Amino acid sequence: MPNIYELANPVRFERLARPAIPWLAGATVILLGAGLYFSLFNSPADYQQSDSVRIMYVHVPAAWMALFTYTFLTMASAIGFVWKHPLADVAAKETAPIGAAFTLLALLTGALWGKPMWGAWWVWDARLTSVLILFFLYLGYIAVWRAFDDKARAARLAAILSFVGFVNIPIIKFSVDWWNSLHQPASVFRKGGPSIDPSMLTPLFLMAIAYTVFFAAALLQSMLNELAARRLTRLEAAETKTGSVLVES
Amino acid sequence: MRALSAIILRDLKLAFRAGGGSMQAVSFFAIVIVLFALAIGPDIPLISKIASPLLWACALLSTLISLDQIYRADREDGSLDVIVATSEELVVTCVAKAAAHWLSTGLPLILATPALAILLNLEAGAYGPLILSLLIGTPGLSLIGAFAAALTVSLPRASLLISIIVSPLFVPILIFGSGAATAGAGGDPQFMSNLMLLGASTLFAAIFAPLASAAALRSNLD
Amino acid sequence: MAVDATVPRLIRYRATNICVSRGGDRILTDVSLTLQPGDAVMLRGPNGAGKTTLLRALAGLLRLDSGAIAVEDAATGEIVPDADPVVYCGPLNATKSALSVDENLAFWAALYRAPKERIGEARAAFGLDGFAGRRAGALSTGLARRLGLARLIIAQKPIWLVDEPTASLDSRSAEVFSSLVERHRNSGGAAVIATHDGVDLDRARRVELACGAAQ
Repeated sequence: MPNIYELANPVRFERLARPAIPWLAGATVILLGAGLYFSLFNSPADYQQSDSVRIMYVHVPAAWMALFTYTFLTMASAIGFVWKHPLADVAAKETAPIGAAFTLLALLTGALWGKPMWGAWWVWDARLTSVLILFFLYLGYIAVWRAFDDKARAARLAAILSFVGFVNIPIIKFSVDWWNSLHQPASVFRKGGPSIDPSMLTPLFLMAIAYTVFFAAALLQSMLNELAARRLTRLEAAETKTGSVLVES
Repeated sequence: MRALSAIILRDLKLAFRAGGGSMQAVSFFAIVIVLFALAIGPDIPLISKIASPLLWACALLSTLISLDQIYRADREDGSLDVIVATSEELVVTCVAKAAAHWLSTGLPLILATPALAILLNLEAGAYGPLILSLLIGTPGLSLIGAFAAALTVSLPRASLLISIIVSPLFVPILIFGSGAATAGAGGDPQFMSNLMLLGASTLFAAIFAPLASAAALRSNLD
Repeated sequence: MAVDATVPRLIRYRATNICVSRGGDRILTDVSLTLQPGDAVMLRGPNGAGKTTLLRALAGLLRLDSGAIAVEDAATGEIVPDADPVVYCGPLNATKSALSVDENLAFWAALYRAPKERIGEARAAFGLDGFAGRRAGALSTGLARRLGLARLIIAQKPIWLVDEPTASLDSRSAEVFSSLVERHRNSGGAAVIATHDGVDLDRARRVELACGAAQ
């Protein structure tokens, strides 16, 4: 088993990540193409919602990703916080804008879907409202990273905030559901198996996988950018002190 | 115990003396309520109907603007070092700081609530549930708010950042608190369950927020 | 006044190879310093060499990158667990300007779990008796500094870590401070004092922080 410290070495990371990005980007294009083909042309229109149901294939996986990326962010933060791995901190930092983008996509497509379904862009549907608050959690996390000049301190504080946010997500979700019980129950997975038509599941999962692969590609690329930027600041401060020593006379 | 009560007493003294934050928070509370009423217009049935949630939301906002100073004042004059260095358990000290904030801000806001409720024509039966829900909920706001203050203590100022951090975390307390106040007024059976959930949210904050505050304070010393 | 009775046993304070970074920059590299009972260390160094950082690290207020700080019984050499033997007076006075001199002293007495009589003792030691009821915010810079330093007497810890104690003091007050340090040393305590100017102490060790000479 490879040493975790070796894997977390930025140089080694760059050697592995750089060639992986084109492959991941290519896979994203193919999966997204296939997913959109199935979503738009090769799945049934809904009995009640007709073609507007197709927004679901963009919306639902985006909402999944919004939660998945926050979980990923929290895990990366935990690794950075406990084992003090700068690479994990960078991963957490760079996950946040991508996660916020997925969250925004879920919100916008949710509004687009809401217009034909409910007759209004926004009806304070419980699930969409929870996603909106999740978006604010992302904004707070990003704001903390931006507020502190000292990267090591920013990493620790942002990590603490991510833990607090993470334990609060289920509570916020519950409270919003409580606040508005007029929501559609989560209906993709049920105990007795999928309740929606299998022909709808294929595009859903294709889109979800496409999003995940896109996330991986985008994350690796922005981590590389961040590492390069940090190396630059370190070079600019070339006269970086080696630290004072104590001399007794 | 002596150290903790000294911290609480000192913070109360500072808050209630001239230039302290208590009066400012209560004044802000009153002004925002009046601004809301002016924005809505003299539609008394409407104002009366939304009085409870309005008071809840404005109490929350007034708490929000008072958070920035919880730890910053102590850091700027150096006493945060002394407090941290002499704390046997920093987590417990963080509870004391949050308690001091509630006593100097939350409690005065609650005391001011009946007077503002009269302005808003709150119906007679709604006073009890509103005050009770504020009593149970606002300590949670102070606990979570003190965490955000600890997180940002080493920045020159952070009121806006604190608002962004804290607002999503305040959501459950606002929902259950305002829900309890409204349900209680209408004799709704949901009153008790709202109140229980509100209490649970505050307890949850009492456990997690001080832990997070202590970790944030340690990371902010330099 | 005898301070001996309040120092229960003599301790040795030992920092070994401590490294400290701030903002991603290494400030201290492998700094070792041992304080024997009775030691006074005059810490010098150019601006930015890390004097304050070293004092804060010794006070346990900073995260160490590496290295360790240990408290030993001076007689036996055994490690004393949970000793908490340090009082640190930084460049800030840690006073609340809205509180009176006595209220500030009483607050520290509560934090350091000191008996109430020590409030008067600390006030007298720094010549603040005439100002007991004065608001700390209304004190002159020098008087405010004396109030800040009065923490040393309140806390009554064996290790004093003091940052620029005499910068704003007149020469008489500086002498008073020096004599308090001497008394502290005579009773078995030790002190590290970061200073540019003349704190006049007998048999003081002189230690210099030198920038970037590592490797």
